[in-house]
Amino acid sequence: MTSVQISRASLHYDHAPMPVFSDLELLLPAAQWTCLLGESGCGKTSLLRLLAGLIEPQHQMSGEISCSDGLPIENRIAYMAQQDLLLPWLTVLDNICLKAKLSQGKIEAHQYHRARELLVQLNLSGIEKSLPDQLSGGMRQRVALARTLMQDTPIVLMDEPFSALDAVNRYKLQALATEVLQDRTVLFITHDPQEALRLADHLYIFNDAQLIPLALPSSVPPRAINAELGAFQQTLLRKMHSHYE
Amino acid sequence: MNNNRSTLTSVLSRFDSLWRLAITILVLLGAWQAIVTVFAMPPFILPPPLLVFEKLISNYSLLFNHALITLSEIILGLFFGISLGLLFALQMLLFKPVRRWLLPVLVASQAIPVFALAPILMLWFGYGMTSKVVMAALIIFFPITTTCFDGLRHTPTGYLDLAHTMGANRWRQLWYIRFPAALPTLASGIRVAVVVAPIGAVVGEWVGSSGGLGYLMLQSNARMQIADMFAALIVLAMFSIGLYYLTDRLLKRFIPWHRESAGH
Repeated sequence: MTSVQISRASLHYDHAPMPVFSDLELLLPAAQWTCLLGESGCGKTSLLRLLAGLIEPQHQMSGEISCSDGLPIENRIAYMAQQDLLLPWLTVLDNICLKAKLSQGKIEAHQYHRARELLVQLNLSGIEKSLPDQLSGGMRQRVALARTLMQDTPIVLMDEPFSALDAVNRYKLQALATEVLQDRTVLFITHDPQEALRLADHLYIFNDAQLIPLALPSSVPPRAINAELGAFQQTLLRKMHSHYE
Repeated sequence: MNNNRSTLTSVLSRFDSLWRLAITILVLLGAWQAIVTVFAMPPFILPPPLLVFEKLISNYSLLFNHALITLSEIILGLFFGISLGLLFALQMLLFKPVRRWLLPVLVASQAIPVFALAPILMLWFGYGMTSKVVMAALIIFFPITTTCFDGLRHTPTGYLDLAHTMGANRWRQLWYIRFPAALPTLASGIRVAVVVAPIGAVVGEWVGSSGGLGYLMLQSNARMQIADMFAALIVLAMFSIGLYYLTDRLLKRFIPWHRESAGH
C-alpha cells in the first residue's frame, strides 16, 4: 500500500491559450478512494492522464509525483476507462491476462489460473472463451474490472468507468469495485455527484483549475443511497451549481 | 431443441439464398435470350446463351488450361501486391521520414493509369507470366497500402493508452494491438484487391501474351468466334466471383469481430 502525492502539477497543452491547471496539489491516501467531481472539460481527465504517464511529450507539463514507499509510479498503475477497452479479437481470458502478454510476450499457466479465480470472484465463470462482443455491457465492464485486478498494481486510476452502464448495473458494479479494490489507492473520476458521494473516502470538486475538498457522510463506502446521502447530494448539487455559474 | 431450430433456420436461409441466386441467373439468361431473339442478333455480335454453353462444354480443356494461367497470375499478383502493400504500410507507420516522402509519391503515382503502363511492363518483363503478375500486383498495391496504413494509424487511442499503462514496448504494441485492430480495415482493402487483380491480369494478357483467358478472348475475337469469347468471359467471371467468395469467407472466419465493429 502506498499513498501518492502530486505536487505543483501544471499542464499546458500545445496550442491551447490557457493551461489546464497549474501548481495543483493532491494527496491520494493509501488504500482509499479519492474522487474528483467536475463537469466535462474541467481538466479532471487530464490530471488522471498525467498520473498515468499518458500526456504526450510535446505538451508542457511540470510537477512532481511521489509515492510514500519511495518507488517510482511508472508501471505501478492500472487504468480503467469509460469504455471497457476489451480487445474484440481476444477471448475474455486473454483480455484479462493482457498485461502479461504485453509486458512479457506470453501468458504463463499460473496467470491463467489466477484469471479464472478472478472470474469466479466477479461472478463471471463460464465465459472464459467468449469474445467481448458476445457479452452485455455490465459483464464487459466486470471483465475490465477483472483485468484491472489481474494487473495487481497498488494504484488504480478510474475515469468514469461506470457511466456507460444502466442504473442497476452501475449500482452493483460500484459495490463490487469498492469491495475488490479495498486495498488499492484509487483515483476515481466522475461527473455524477451521487456516485462520488457513494464511493469516495475523499471528495474534491475540480473547478476553475482548483481542487475544492468537500464533506462526506460519516458512513463507510459503498454508502447506501438513503436520506443522509440525499441531503449531502442536495448540498453538493447546490455548490456545483454556484461553481459552474 | 433450440439448437435444432437454429440449425433448421440456417439450412433454410442457405436454401433461400441459393434460390435467389438460381432465380437471378435464370432471369439474366432469359433477358439475354430475349435480346438475341427480339433484335435478331447474329451470333457474331451476340451469341445465344445455349451456344455459349455448348462452347463451354466442347472447349472445356482449352478453357481450363488458359484459366489456370490467368488464375496463377491473379494469385501471384495478389500475393506480391498484398505483401508489398503491407510492408510499405508498416514502413510508413514506423518511420516518419518514409511516411513524409513516400505518401505524396504514392498518391501522385495514382494519377498514372496503371493500364497505360502495360506496354512498358511487356517491354521490361517480357510476354510471359511475369509482366501480368507485376501488372496485377501494381494495381492492388495502392488500395492495400492505404487501407493497411489507415488501419494501423487509426488504432482506437483507448487501446494504446491501456497498452502504455501495461508497459508494452513499441513492437508488442504493434503486434498485439495495432495490427489486429487494423485487420478489419485491411480486410476491406483485400476485398477490393481480389476484385481488381483479375482486371490487371487480363489487361496484361490483352497487351501481349501467349496464354490465359485474356489471350483466348483476343484470339477468338480476331477470328469472329464470339461464342468462344463469351465462354472465356464466363469462366473468368466465375473464377473472379469464386475467388471473391472464398476470400470473403476466409476473412469473416479469421476476423469474426469485423461485422460487429463495422456496425459501431
